[in-house]
This record gives sequence, C-alpha cells and structure tokens, in this order.
Amino acid sequence: MDILQIIIVIGILMLIAKPLGNYMYHVFSNESNRTDKIFGPIEKPIFWIIGLKKRAGMSWRKYAISFVLTNVMLVAVSYVLLRVQSGLPLNPNDIGNMEPTLVMNTVISFITNTNLQHYSGETGLTYFSQMAVIMMMMFTSAATGLSVAVAFVRGITTKGSTIGNFFEDFVKAHIRIFFPLSILITLVLVGMHVPQTLDPTLSVTTLEGATQQIAIGPVASLESIKHLGTNGGGFFGVNSAHPFENPNGTTNVIEILSMWALAAGLPFMYGRFAKSKKQGWVIFSAMMILFLVFLTIAYTAEKSGNPLLNGLGIDASQGSMEGKEVRFGIAQSALFTTVTTAATTGTVNNMHDTLTPLGGLVPLAEMMLNVVFGGKGVGLVNMLMYAILAVFISGLMVGRTPEFLGRKIESREMKLIAIAILTHPFIILAPTAIAFLTDLGKGAITNPGYHGISQVLYEFTSSAANNGSGFEGLADNTPFWNISTGLVMFFGRYISMIALLAVAGSMNRKQWVPETLGTFRTDNALFTFLLLGTVILIGALTFLPAIVLGPIAEHLTIR
Amino acid sequence: MSTITKDGQAESSSVGSILWMALRMSILFIILCGIAYPFISTGLAQLLFPAQANGSLLKDKEGNVVGSELIGQAFTDPKYFQGRVSSIDYKAEASGSNNYGPSNPDMLERTKASIEQWKKDNPDVPIDQLPIALITNSGSGLDPHITPQSASVQIPRISKLTGISEQELQSLVDEYTENRDLGIFGDKRVNVLKINLALREALK
Repeated sequence: MDILQIIIVIGILMLIAKPLGNYMYHVFSNESNRTDKIFGPIEKPIFWIIGLKKRAGMSWRKYAISFVLTNVMLVAVSYVLLRVQSGLPLNPNDIGNMEPTLVMNTVISFITNTNLQHYSGETGLTYFSQMAVIMMMMFTSAATGLSVAVAFVRGITTKGSTIGNFFEDFVKAHIRIFFPLSILITLVLVGMHVPQTLDPTLSVTTLEGATQQIAIGPVASLESIKHLGTNGGGFFGVNSAHPFENPNGTTNVIEILSMWALAAGLPFMYGRFAKSKKQGWVIFSAMMILFLVFLTIAYTAEKSGNPLLNGLGIDASQGSMEGKEVRFGIAQSALFTTVTTAATTGTVNNMHDTLTPLGGLVPLAEMMLNVVFGGKGVGLVNMLMYAILAVFISGLMVGRTPEFLGRKIESREMKLIAIAILTHPFIILAPTAIAFLTDLGKGAITNPGYHGISQVLYEFTSSAANNGSGFEGLADNTPFWNISTGLVMFFGRYISMIALLAVAGSMNRKQWVPETLGTFRTDNALFTFLLLGTVILIGALTFLPAIVLGPIAEHLTIR
Repeated sequence: MSTITKDGQAESSSVGSILWMALRMSILFIILCGIAYPFISTGLAQLLFPAQANGSLLKDKEGNVVGSELIGQAFTDPKYFQGRVSSIDYKAEASGSNNYGPSNPDMLERTKASIEQWKKDNPDVPIDQLPIALITNSGSGLDPHITPQSASVQIPRISKLTGISEQELQSLVDEYTENRDLGIFGDKRVNVLKINLALREALK
C-alpha cells in the first residue's frame, strides 16, 4: 500500500505537469490565445493603474532593476507593518510587535521565497500580518521567481535584445496562474476541514474537564498559496504537520501536488519556448531521476527506523514515528519531505530534525544541489545553468567550441555561471564555519554530537537554497541567527538571479550558429546523463566533507 | 560626450519611471494579495463550508462542544484510550515537539520511561506488542490519532478498569477505525477523542 500510494501521486504529477507547462507557455509567450478572453479584461485595468502603456520588452538590466525595485517596495511596506502590527486591525489574540532583527529576518525570508520562520505563527503574528504581509509576499515572491525564470528562458531561446516586460509577466503570473489556482485549492482544502475564519483562538472544555485553547485563523487561504508558490511558511509553528493545516491523507496529496506540479511543468514550458519538446524532456528526466533516487533513500531509511529505538524490544515494525503524524505514516511523510526540499518549498508534514540520519540527509542533499525541480522558477534556471556547464565541459573534452541551443558559450557566460554556482556553497559553508567558531552560533544547538553539526548545516543550506524548512530544534530566534540567515537568504536569491539574467541577456544578443552534423546534441538520453553527472560531480565535490561530518557520522554511531 | 550624457539621461529617466511603476504595482498587489484574496476566501469558505471553516468542532449527545475532531487532547485517566506522546501536553494555543534528533540521549531516556510506565499500567500486554507510534512524540504535538494496533493493545487495561468486555471494546475500535483517505492515501487510524467520547457514552 505504501509503494502504491507513492506511485499514484507520481503518476498524477506526470499527467498534469505537461499540460501545466503548455499553459504557462501560452501565458508567457505573449501570443494571443484563448486565455486572453477570460483574463484580458481583468488585466487591462491593472495595467492602467500601474501605468504600463506599451508593455515594451526590456533589456536584462532593465528587467533586473524592475524586479529588484518592486521587491524593495514590498519589503519596505512589510517591515513597517510587522513593526506596528499590534496596533493594526484584526488582532483578536492581542499579539505584540516584532523585534527588529526578527522582522528583518522575516521580511527577507518571505520576499526571497524562502519562508524560514524564526517566529511561531500562533504567537508571533496577527491575522492582519498573516494576510497583508505573509500571504501577500507568498504571492509576490513566487510571481517574481516565475517571471525571472520566464525571462531567462526567453533570453536563451530567442534572438534580439529584450527578454520580456517584468511588469507584464508579474501581473500575468498572478492573474492567470496564482489567483485562480489559489482560490480553487483554498476552497477544496476548506471542504476537507482546513479552517478559514477570522475568529480568535477557540476555548473548549475537554472530555476530562480541562480547558484547551485551540489556535485557529485564516489557515486555508495561506495553505494554498504556500504550496502553489513553493513558499512553505506555515500558519502554525509546526507547519503542515498541524492537523488544521493538513488534516488527512487527501489534503497531504493535494499539498504535495500543489507545490510540485508547476515546478515540474516548467521544463515543458521551456521545451515549448525552445521549439524542441525533447529539450524539455531532457531537463524533466534529469530532475525526475534524481528525485526518485532521493525518495528511495528517504523512504527506506524512515521505514527501517531508528536502530536505538528498534533495539528496545517494542514493536517498531512501522518505522521511525518520532516527529511524524499517524494519519500520514511513513509513506506520505517520506514523500512530502522529498518533494518539499526538491521543490524548495520548505513546508514540512513531519519534523525534519527527528528524521533518521540518512532520512535527514535527503532533504539536506536536495537543497545543496538545488536543481531537483526547484522552487518557483529557480530550479529550472539552475538546471539550465548546469546544462550550459555540461555543454562547456563536454566541449572542452572533445576540443570543440561549446554551443547551447545554437549559441556559442563563451567566457562571459561561463564567468557569470561560475559566480552563480560558487555562491551557493560559499554562503552555506562559510557561515556554518563561523557559527561553530562563535558561542552565539554554538549556543543554539539543541542536539548533542554529530546531529548538532547537521542542525547548523541544515539551517544555512535551507536559507541559501531559499527552502525554509529547518532542523527546528535549533534555537534560532536570536540576533546572530536572524541576521546571518537573513543575509544568506538575500545573497542566495539575488546574486544567482541577477547573474543568470545577465547570462540570458548575453545569450540573447549572440549570432545563431547553424546546426551541423558536428553539433553536440543536447536533446537526447546521453546528454541527460552528462547533465546528471555534472550536477552530482559538482555537488559531491563541494559538499561531501560537510555531509560526512553531520548525517553520515551520526548514522555510523547509532547503526 | 554629448551622446553619452544623452544616453545617461535616458537611462536615469527610465529608472525613475520604473520606480514609479514598481511603487504603484506594489501597493496594488498588497491590496489584491494581502487583503482582497484572504477576505474573498474567508467569505466563500464561511458560506460554503461553515462547519469545516470554523475548526470542525465535535459535540457530545447533549450538544456540548468537547473539542475539535482534528486536535488531539491529553487523556490522563487510564480508563480512556491514550494518545501519543506530546511534549507540549496537547496545549493547542501553540504547536511543536522537542525536535529530538535520532541520536539524542534524552529521547532514548523518554522512550525507556514510556516503556516502564507501559509495563506498570498494562501488565497483561508484553512490550513486544507495544507499537512504536504510541510512545513517540508526534510532529505537531497535537496528533488526534493513534494506529488501530495502538488502540487494540490498550483494550485489556480499559476492559479491566471499566468492566466493558474485551470483545465489545474491540468492536468499538473496529467501528472507529478510519480507512485510508479515498481508500489509498495516508494510514489507517483511530481518532482518540471520538472513540473516547463513545466510550464515555457507553459508561453512562
């Protein structure tokens, strides 16, 4: 039954990913199509309010300036709202203002689509903040990521000097993708018992006569965009492990598919832009192969359980249930964990800190690679970056000028890609080392031994990959952690995005070289494996030592 | 020189217009995403699914609210079915667990203590039948469910304390065992609050 339900979920994904990719192509290709009839009249007044008259294409620089400035505006407003939230409306539970370093961490966390949470929603945010800051940024950061990814794809697949109009992309991403899907999924979730109310915390008398306070709120509307936008920040502290956020097996599957389907559809959208569906399949297959390997490790590790507990003479046949929920069991927990770190959502339905060492290695490794489907847009862009790198390395090996999609790859592109690839490990490993060298960093560790190393490594990896899940035992709501992870999230998002937009701009301007018999093909199975090899090689060379010190060492000590 | 200045001016004026557009768009989308969307969602949810939207409250026969069917409760009386370990003692104004890593000695100690307690409370059921789910901390600390097996192993104790026969209790467990969702997703489970509510009715 376990294996079967996992296969069914993957099967549904395969069915819906391609149509979604096609749909996204229609939305962003800017050719007129059927969806214009429905959404055009809604977008028209919005373009008018923004003052977007011509919707002219932008150079990569203008595109980058536009998305950064928009993000700056959203951050500024959100910062103020969180600092004064206690005096604003919709605060039935009398929640106070947030302190500055926590606000800084929170706004960066949400605008970068990370959703690392150093606060707990029940006690840290008013309903108004949950709506006007958290839900709002869940939409806008996802739309920003998707727009940038689309612009990147336009840059490498078309010829000219412009890569689209950011404002137009941003509006369309909301109106044609995120709003309709979010409202639909919100209502489906409410029908399946996820609350959606503005009433304050409930107070009930339990069966044994005690009083139980039950936190509640507008949960469902956050839940849907949290997954669709691969955001991942929970309404409650324990995120989708909370029975109100994720009450049963069906909602679990809906949440998994919500965060996974758009990310899995993007390679197909890219295939349409590249006018070669095979290109899309190459990228999708590479992602899916990596995913299946990771899923197998996670499921097997969790099903085998924790040797320390298995040795106590109890019936441990179910697997490692510490930190998991009965309604999900091992299968739906392992699947959720693998998807949430693949799609860099960061929502959790079980506590990743409590995973067995090898089970915990899976989310860590997926975030280190940051290419297995990936967050809104970012995963596709990263995978394409590795594809260009794979072409470059292969070209060097056979002594031919590397080409990708009919364009020569030259030193400018490779320099920019090197910056993007090296930033990721640097902003993970350097802060991890700093944290271990200082008492401010070490003081947060709550699990002794090698697991403590994993806790710190996980926190920075999650921040850099803009994932946002955590080994949540880490006592991370301190100025040291708020500022350090805030900076890591910031650099993790914007350095690679801007570098890659620059790559797109430079590819865009190049002469196309005609395809000949000698052209190195990037649309076949051989290239899929070259791509996988490049990803694994770079990832392993960079991160293996750190992984050995954390999860592997822990695994060997409790085996 | 003049062309460069011209270009520079053109570039700076366009940054200004981008800034102005970015500001207008940000304010518009804060209103759309942060206010319109959640209010529309709340309105539709309250209209279409009022019971679910307000926390799926559970009432006893007299109509008193006894909790939410989705949120677990602490049961200390041994004649009731017991839920899973909760480091927050099922206090649902917050949520969470200790986040013990797999090698954490405190977790090992806690589990050993649970086993000793089990031996004391359930002398008739050997520990090799004690399911791991019952003595591990749930992720949320609010898990409303236990596995069917975790319910069955508590029957001898409850039968002894309440006088209800083991067969009757087993059929109660069977009755309250919920299937996988849509017959396939998730695991089989027993809602502890629901079965204890039925048990209380049976005792009256």
